[in-house]
Amino acid sequence: MVKVDATGNSSLIQVRDLDKTYHRGGEEIDVLQGLNLDVNQGEFVAFMGPSGSGKTTLLNLLGGLDVPTRGKITVSGDEITHMSAGKLTEWRARHVGFIFQIYNLIPVLNAFQNVELPLLLTTLSKAERREHVETALAVVGLADRMKHFPRQLSGGQEQRVAIARAIVADPTFLLCDEPTGDLDRKRADEIMSLMEELVARYHKTVLMVTHDPLVASRAHTTLHLEKGVLVEGRQIAQDTVAGGMA
Amino acid sequence: MKFGSLILANLLRKKIRLLLTIGSFAVALFLFAFLGVVRDAFNRGADVAGADRLVIINRTSIINPIPLSYRDKILHIPGVKYITHNNWFGGVYKDEKNFFPQFVIDPENQRQVFPEFSVPEDQWNTFVKDREGAIVGERTMERFHWKVGDRIPIKTTLYGGGSWEFNIDGVYRGKRAQDDETQFWFQWDYFEERIPDRLKGNIGWYVLRVDNPEQSPRIAKTIDEEFANSPYETKTETESAFAAGWVKQFGNIRFLIVTIGSVVFFTLLLVTGNTMAISVRERTSELAVLKAIGFSDRSVLFFILGEALVIALIGGLLGLLLATLAIPVLATALNGMLPNLILSPALLAFGLLTALLVGIASGILPGIGAMRMRVVHALRRV
Repeated sequence: MVKVDATGNSSLIQVRDLDKTYHRGGEEIDVLQGLNLDVNQGEFVAFMGPSGSGKTTLLNLLGGLDVPTRGKITVSGDEITHMSAGKLTEWRARHVGFIFQIYNLIPVLNAFQNVELPLLLTTLSKAERREHVETALAVVGLADRMKHFPRQLSGGQEQRVAIARAIVADPTFLLCDEPTGDLDRKRADEIMSLMEELVARYHKTVLMVTHDPLVASRAHTTLHLEKGVLVEGRQIAQDTVAGGMA
Repeated sequence: MKFGSLILANLLRKKIRLLLTIGSFAVALFLFAFLGVVRDAFNRGADVAGADRLVIINRTSIINPIPLSYRDKILHIPGVKYITHNNWFGGVYKDEKNFFPQFVIDPENQRQVFPEFSVPEDQWNTFVKDREGAIVGERTMERFHWKVGDRIPIKTTLYGGGSWEFNIDGVYRGKRAQDDETQFWFQWDYFEERIPDRLKGNIGWYVLRVDNPEQSPRIAKTIDEEFANSPYETKTETESAFAAGWVKQFGNIRFLIVTIGSVVFFTLLLVTGNTMAISVRERTSELAVLKAIGFSDRSVLFFILGEALVIALIGGLLGLLLATLAIPVLATALNGMLPNLILSPALLAFGLLTALLVGIASGILPGIGAMRMRVVHALRRV
C-alpha cells in the first residue's frame, strides 16, 4: 500500500523529507518540499500534477539520476541519496528500469541489441544474454521483431522494445516518464495493458509519471504533486475514465 | 568483445562521414610516410656512414681539388689503415633527366675502404684490367636495363667535355638495405688520361679508414695540421659529419619536413576532432540513456575513444599501405634524384602510433564532455 507521510520502514521504496531546490539566475526554485512516500513491492503508482509540479524531478531522484537537496531515499534497504556518482551508476544498473516518453532507443541497434544493452554490464555469457533478451522481447510481444531497427517499428512497438530493455535485467522497479505521451489512444492502451501485466503477472513495481488521467487510472494508486508537495491520491471521476480504457 | 558491436554500429551511423574521416587519416599518413622517406633519404648518408671512416676535402670547398700527392703522406700518419680517393664526374647519360652519380675511383683501395659494397670477384677482376671499365649499382642497371658487357656513352661538360665511353664490367650491391645502389664507378687511370693537363694530379676528396674510431679526432687534427699553410689546406671530418654537412647544402630539410608534417597532423586533428565532436553532439540523448541504464562515465569515454581509435587505425593502415605501394613508384618517377626511398618498419610503426595518438586526441575532448554530461540535463534537452 502506498503511503504518503508514512513512518513505516518495511516498504520497498522509502522517501523521507525530500527537498529539491534548483538555482536559476540567482533565484532559488523549490521543486520538491518535504516529500514523504512509501511504495511496496508489486505496486503500480502514477504521479500526476501540472507542469512544473516536480513529477519528473521526483522520478529522477528515485532513479538516482539526480541528488536531492535534503532528505533521503531508501530502496530495498540501500540509501541512495549519499552514494557516490559511480556507486549510483552501478546501483541504477541493478535496480532501475527506465521507460521514456520518446522511447530513446539507439537507432543504429536493432531491437535485440537495444534490449541487450543493460545486460552488457553484467557478467552473463553471450548465450545467457541471448536467452534473457528473447524472453524479454517475448514478454512484450515482439519475439518476431528482434532484427528490426527502430525505424522499422511503429511507435507502440518501439515503446515495447524500450519496456523489454527496462525489464531485461530484472530490476527492482520501473520508472516510466510519460510512457504513452507519444502514442495514440489505441497504442497507449496496449502499452498500459502490458504495464498491468508486468505488475500482475511478474510482480513488478512501477512508478509512472503521466498527464493523462486515463493512463493514471490503470495504476493501483494515483498521487498528485502540487507545487512540489505530494498530496494523497484521489479517486478519478468515473466519467473521465469512461470510454477511454479497456 | 561485447561492446564491439555498439562501437561498430555507431561508426557506421554516417557512412559517408566515416569514409571521409578515414580518408583524411589515410591521406595524412600517406603524406607522413612520403615526407619521412624523403627525410630519411637525405639523412641516409649520415646513417650509413662508417664509424671508422674519415673524409678529407679541400678546406675552401668540396669543389676545390686536393693533390694526389697527399695520399702517401696521409697513409703514413699513425692510425690510418686504408685510404682511397674519388672525383665527382657529373656526366649525363643521353638526357639530363637520367641523373645518377658517377664517381672516379681508385680500384686498388676502393673495396678496403667501402667493404659494404660487394662486387663478384670475376667482375671486379675484369674491371681492374679494363681501363674503360665501369662498375654500376644494381638499381641503375635495372633502371636503364643495362647488362654486363654493354658499352655506354656518358657526356660531360667538365673535364674537357665530350662523350666518354665505358664498358660495364660488373654490378655492385649494398650489403644493407639502406646502401646506395645507384652509383657508377670508373677507373682513375682512365679519368687521369682524358682530363686536361691543368687538372691532372688532383683528386676530389679522400676517404680513409682508421684502426680505431676513437682516434678519429686526433687523426683528423694531425692531417689538417700537416697541410696547414699549404696551397691546398684540408678539412678532415668523420664521414657522418661530412654527410650531414652535405645535406645542409640543400637547406634545413629536416625543419621543412617536420613543419609540413606537423601542419598535416594538426589539420587532421582539427578535422577529426570536429567530426568526433559533431558525432557526440548528435548522440547526446543516446549517451544520456546509456548512462541512465547504468553505463559508467568511463564506459562512455571508452566508446568515444574506441570509435576515434578505430577510425585512426583503419585510416592509418590504409595510408601506410598506400605509401608502401606508391613510394617505389614515386622513387622511380624521381629518376634516382633521391637514392633508396625506403619505408622502414620503424617509420611505419611511428606513423601508426602518431595516427593513434591523433585519434585519441580527437576523441578525448568530446569524450570528456560526454563523461561530464548530466543525464537529467541531457534528457531534458531531447
